[in-house]
Amino acid sequence: MTDLLYTEIENDLRASVREVLEDKAPWTSVLAGTEKDEPYDAALWTALAGQLGCAGLPVPEDLGGAGASWREAAVVMEELGRAAAPVPFLTGSVVATAALLAAGERDLLGRVAAGERIAVLAVPFGTAPGADPAAGPAAPAVSGGALTGEVRSVADGLAADVFLVPAAGGLYAVDAASPDGGHVRRTAVTSLDMTRRLADVVFAGAPARQVAQGADAVRAALLTGAALLASEQLGIAERCLDDTVAYVKTRYQFGRQIGSYQALKHRLADLWTSITQARAAARYAASCAAAGDADLPVAAAVAQAHCSAVAVKAAEECVQMHGGIGFTWEHQAHLFLKRAKADSIALGSPDRHRAALAELAGLPPA
Amino acid sequence: MSTAPPDADELGRRVEAFLAEHDPAATEPLEFLRARFDAGLAWVHYPEGHGGLGAPRALQPAVDRRFREAGSPSNQPERNGIGLGMAAPTVLSSGTEEQKRRFLRPLWTGEEIWCQLFSEPGAGSDLAALGTRAVRDGDHWIVNGQKVWTSMAHEARYALLVTRTDPDVPKHRGMTYFVCDMTAPGVEVRPLRQITGEAEFNEVFLTDVRVPDENRLGEVGDGWRVSTTTLMNERVAIGGAAAPREGGMIGVAAKLWRDRPELRTAGLHDALLRLWVETEAARLTGERLRQQLAVGKPGPEGSAAKLAFADLNQRASGLELELLGDDGLRYDDWTMRRPSEVDFTRRSPGYRYLRAKGNSIEGGTSEILRNIIAERVLGLPGEIRVDKDVPWKDLPK
Repeated sequence: MTDLLYTEIENDLRASVREVLEDKAPWTSVLAGTEKDEPYDAALWTALAGQLGCAGLPVPEDLGGAGASWREAAVVMEELGRAAAPVPFLTGSVVATAALLAAGERDLLGRVAAGERIAVLAVPFGTAPGADPAAGPAAPAVSGGALTGEVRSVADGLAADVFLVPAAGGLYAVDAASPDGGHVRRTAVTSLDMTRRLADVVFAGAPARQVAQGADAVRAALLTGAALLASEQLGIAERCLDDTVAYVKTRYQFGRQIGSYQALKHRLADLWTSITQARAAARYAASCAAAGDADLPVAAAVAQAHCSAVAVKAAEECVQMHGGIGFTWEHQAHLFLKRAKADSIALGSPDRHRAALAELAGLPPA
Repeated sequence: MSTAPPDADELGRRVEAFLAEHDPAATEPLEFLRARFDAGLAWVHYPEGHGGLGAPRALQPAVDRRFREAGSPSNQPERNGIGLGMAAPTVLSSGTEEQKRRFLRPLWTGEEIWCQLFSEPGAGSDLAALGTRAVRDGDHWIVNGQKVWTSMAHEARYALLVTRTDPDVPKHRGMTYFVCDMTAPGVEVRPLRQITGEAEFNEVFLTDVRVPDENRLGEVGDGWRVSTTTLMNERVAIGGAAAPREGGMIGVAAKLWRDRPELRTAGLHDALLRLWVETEAARLTGERLRQQLAVGKPGPEGSAAKLAFADLNQRASGLELELLGDDGLRYDDWTMRRPSEVDFTRRSPGYRYLRAKGNSIEGGTSEILRNIIAERVLGLPGEIRVDKDVPWKDLPK
C-alpha cells in the first residue's frame, strides 16, 4: 500500500511554505489584495517560486525543476489552501506543468519550473478530467498556425504569460502578451473566489505552436489537477476547523464558552472526522499521481467527490459557528467559503466525479 | 536471562526454528499453541514469559503470516475477541505476576474464553455509575448485582468484572476491578434476545458470588483507572483490520447493483455512489491509521474510524434493503439462537440492517465518541458535571 503519511522532507517543506505565507500573506493582506487590480500576488509568488523553488517541484532537475514529486506539490497545495493564497500554483505549477510534462515540452517547462513564466491551460475552470475540451463545435480551432476561438472562465487567465490551448488535433501554446493587442483579448471576470480570479479569453487568429498531439496531455493535466486540488481543499478545511475551534473556546454566551455546548461539539467532532478522511483521500490521490499509479483516475475521483464536500462543509460551519461576525467582510471566513465553493466546482463537480467513478468501478447508471 | 529485544530478522529465525521443532501437521493443536506461547511467539510485544519477547508490536503481522502459511493451528481469535483484545492487555498492565501466569496462556490458546461484565441496566455510557456491589468478607468479596450487554458470557470461563466497593465516595473513586470465575455459584447467564431475533448478548445476574481477593486486579478503589485501560483497548480493537476496496457492507450493495439491473433507479445510483466514495475514504483513513501505528505514532483517528464504520454500515445495509424492494420485505430467520461470533455476510440483508444498529451503541456510543473527539482532540470544554463530587449513594438513579 502507498505511503499515506508525510515524510520528513515534506514536513520541512510545509514549514518553509507556511512561514513565507504567514509573513507575506496573512488573511488581512489577502483580503486587501482582492480590492486591487493585480490578478495575483506577484511578490508572494516570487518568494514561493523563486526563493523556495516551489514552482517546479515535480519537474526533474535536468529540466529545470526541483526533482521532487506531486506528493511535495500536494503539501504546498495544502498550505496555499490554508492561506487562500492568491498565486498561480494550481493553474501553472500543477495543471499546466502536468500538461507540459506529458507533452515533453522541455524549454517552456524549464521556464515555468523556474517561475520565470506562468503557463495556464485555457479551459473553463469547471472542466472535469473526463472531458475533452478540444471536442465540440465551440472549441478553438487552428488554421495555418493561427488559433481562433473563445474560452470562458479560465482560472488565472489574467496571470498567464502563455496559454496552453486544447484545440482539434492537439495542444497549442499561445503567447498571452499579444504585442499588437489584437490576437489575445482577456476580460476579467468578477469571480466568486476572489483569491483565484477567472478571465474570459478570446483568441483572434493568435499565432499558435503545437506542443502535443491528441488529448493525452490535456487529460493528464486535468487528472493531476483534480488529484492535487483535493490537497488544497484539505488545507481550507483544516484552517476553517482550526479557526472555528479557537473561536468557540473564547466566545461566551449564557455564561459559558459556546464550545461547551454539545450541539456544537458534536458538529465539530463530525467535521474533524470528515477531515481525517479527506486527509487520507487527498494523500492517496497525490501519491497515485506521484507514482503514476494506474489507480489515479479512481483516487482522483474519490478525492474530489469527498474533499470538495468536506471543504465546503468546513467553511459553512466556520461561518455559522462564528455567528454574526462570520457573516462580515472583516472576518476571514468568507475568503475560505468562496474558495471552497469555487473549488468544489473546479476541475469537475462532485457529481461529475461520482459519474466518472460509476464507470471506473463498474456501477452503471439505472 | 533477557537480552535485547529481537528485530525482524531474529524474530524470523526464531519462528523458523520453532516450526522446525514443532511440525504443525504432526503436533496436537493445543500442544502446538501452548508451545508457541511459551516460545514468546504468541504476541511478540508482550514480555518474555508471558507469550512475548518484548519485540516491537509492528512485527506481529509478519509472525502471524508465517505461522498461517506453515499451516499452524489457529487460536480462533474470532471466538475470544474480548479476551485477546481487552482482557489480556488489562491483565498485563494491572495484574500481579501470579495473575499473568495463571490467565494469559489459556486465554491466548483459546482454552479459556473471556467476557466483560461492565455495562448495567442503569449504567451504560455512564459506566462509572454502576451499582453492582462487592463487599469484603475476609479473603473473599461477596458480589451482588446485574450486568447486561455481555457478549460471549454463555461461553466464557472468566470475566472482567467492575464493581462498587465504596458507595460513600464519588462514583469514580469507589470502584474495584476483579477477574470473575463464570462457573462460580451465583453466576447466572441469561440470553438477551435482540432486534435480530438472536441472542448474541446476555444478561448476567450475580447473587452472593464469592470472588477471592487474589482475583482482584489493581488496588481497592482503583477500578476506574483499570477500566480505562480496557476501554481504550476496546476502541483500538474495533478500529478494524486492513480491508480491500469494496470490502464490507458497500461491497454487498455494489454486487447487488451489478447483478440485478432491474432494481436500479437514478436516486439509488446517486446514493450508492455517495456511499461508495465515503467508504473508500474511510478505508484509506484506516490504512493511514495503521501506517501511523506501524511507525509508532498512533493518532486519535481510531475514534473517527469507529464512528465512520458504524455510520457507513448502517447506511449501506439500509440502502441494500431499499434496493431490494419486495425482497427487502423478507427476513431469513427469527429463530432465537446464541451465536459465538457476529457474521454480517452469511445472513440476510434484513439481518445486516438490524445488526448494524448496534454498531453505533456497542463499544462506546457514537455520541460518547463525539464527546471524546471534541474534548481530547479539539480541546473543547468538558460536559458540565453534576455528579463529580457527589457520593455515589446520593446520585439520582
